[in-house]
Amino acid sequence: MKTSEETEHLRQYWRRNLRILAVLLGIWLLVSCFLSIFFVKELNAYRLGGFKLGFWFAQQGSIYIFLALIVIYVRQMNKLDKEFDVDEK
Amino acid sequence: MDVQIWTYIIVGLSFALYISIALWTRANSTKEFYVAGGGVSPLANGMATAADWMSAASFISMAGIISFAGYDGSVYLMGWTGGYVLLALLLAPYLRKFGKFTVPDFIGERYYSNVARTVAVICALFVSFTYVAGQMRGVGIVFSRFLEVDINTGVIIGMFIVLFYAVLGGMKGITYTQVAQYVILIFAYMVPAIFISIQLTGNPVPQLGFGGTLAAEPGVYLLDKLDGLNRELGFTEYTDGSKALIDVFAITFALMIGTAGLPHVIVRFFTVPKVRDARSSAGYALLFIAILYTTAPAIAAFARTNLIQTVSNQPYAAMPEWFKKWETTQLIKFEDKNTDGLIQYVADKDKNELKIDNDIMVLANPEIAKLPNWVIALVAAGGLAAALSTAAGLLLVISAAISHDLLKKQLMPKITEKQELLAARSASVFAVVIAGYFGINPPGFVAAVVALAFGLAAASFFPAIILGIFYKRMNKEGAVAGMVGGLLLMIYYMLAFKFNAFGETTPKDWWLGISPEGFGTVAMFANFFISIVISAFTPPPPVRVQHLTESIRYPKGAKAASGHH
Repeated sequence: MKTSEETEHLRQYWRRNLRILAVLLGIWLLVSCFLSIFFVKELNAYRLGGFKLGFWFAQQGSIYIFLALIVIYVRQMNKLDKEFDVDEK
Repeated sequence: MDVQIWTYIIVGLSFALYISIALWTRANSTKEFYVAGGGVSPLANGMATAADWMSAASFISMAGIISFAGYDGSVYLMGWTGGYVLLALLLAPYLRKFGKFTVPDFIGERYYSNVARTVAVICALFVSFTYVAGQMRGVGIVFSRFLEVDINTGVIIGMFIVLFYAVLGGMKGITYTQVAQYVILIFAYMVPAIFISIQLTGNPVPQLGFGGTLAAEPGVYLLDKLDGLNRELGFTEYTDGSKALIDVFAITFALMIGTAGLPHVIVRFFTVPKVRDARSSAGYALLFIAILYTTAPAIAAFARTNLIQTVSNQPYAAMPEWFKKWETTQLIKFEDKNTDGLIQYVADKDKNELKIDNDIMVLANPEIAKLPNWVIALVAAGGLAAALSTAAGLLLVISAAISHDLLKKQLMPKITEKQELLAARSASVFAVVIAGYFGINPPGFVAAVVALAFGLAAASFFPAIILGIFYKRMNKEGAVAGMVGGLLLMIYYMLAFKFNAFGETTPKDWWLGISPEGFGTVAMFANFFISIVISAFTPPPPVRVQHLTESIRYPKGAKAASGHH
């Protein structure tokens, strides 16, 4: 059985993990749901070069941001694993 | 050299490569057969996942669909890439830590129940078979167009190739074959895109050329030009959608969640050595997918501009060679309604004289851009690579579900490793034969159902897996009820509104204005709701399972994937 100290340690790790997930998934939802769908008309009033902004988010930007989210997630979690000493040796 | 000879050479070489890889990496144990031995590097796994994931539909049809749908086509782009964020953040690392062979395996262990396992097997078979039938048809179509053989002959050639490396190599053979297939398909996709981007905008990067100015009309942005052309002909502006936003939202999310719930994608994360690798391989997968998915909308816009400028109000007699050539395949149809000899391509159905199939856009692209014959042959090889790699991944899910989750775990737990391996191989032969049958005699609804396979995956697996990881109190009663409820609701909606099984319907009858393609989002919420409510009224899971749920949350102590405990 684990000691209560260990349990508390792991619980904190999990809480930090959930916090990272919440932030990243929040951005995921914002980009895909709001910038690319529900507010697309409003954003289309602005331009990014030849693109209307909302259209750009829907067909290009969202994909780049999704990729960035995974990269950030991998970095953050690797750091967190080390900090809490739960990483695989 | 003519296209035909080039096609035989390039397709022949690519097949020889797949077969040699299969011989070289054949599986000798169930562990190698199901999860490639668990030692695949995250980079290779990312490429294999990308090839596994990108099907004939992604390669051949997607750019064409976007080309005609404009903004509305974004649902595929966001849906099929956004799902990887969910996979990386919510599923991959935990399932890797869990370390079993298949998705039904996770469901069966986490919900300590063979009923749950069987429900998951049924869902997996349902999703995989609907999906694989479409792939085999795709193989047949590509063969028939480029090698000028009968579609049925094409399907049979495809069956033999897939059979060879899926049966012999299992997951191990498939993984390394898929790496090769990714390289071929992405090269085949990018070469024409880059050439066309240079011709049209002077920019070699399609993603940038897409937002750039036209080479022929300096100072005019491509997309503005395209909006204008669409408007003149009575179509909705290209950058503006004609679908209701609620439906765009529902479809996008159904595709995202479906992607994250597709068993042949999830199972790829069991093949890497560590939890850390599962996370990063989801990143690599999305990177490799994004190369194609950010190019597709550029191709779509280029192709539409080219098409309108080439055909609109031009004399039929002056059409280039590719137009006539694709007319013979019936994918382009021209009917001179007002007999003025000019082609009227307009939104108004009564006046429109031109019908164009979506698939033309990618397949005819090299010809439209007057690229050399070897590029056309390369596109054929790329399309085949895309279809075959996906078919192989799905066949493996089917064979593992039968040999591992039905036979080994339920019906004949005493079988030896050798017998299980034999059963797995027999099951994949059986699956190929059925897939081939559907490829040759496609039930009319195959094309429609492929998109709906995502809805089914979203409605069944996704909530059960997520709750299994993030909600310790989740029990078997809730999970089974949720999966069954979600699946039945999804099937009911499909039958009612897609196939009109209970009387004629129109889009006006849709619930909340959500199309059958987007209904997976609703069915998923229903699944979550049913699961949580039922589990609140039934006993909590055993302590052993609660510890299991806890342990998958921490990477430390992850062992290689195994079928034993």
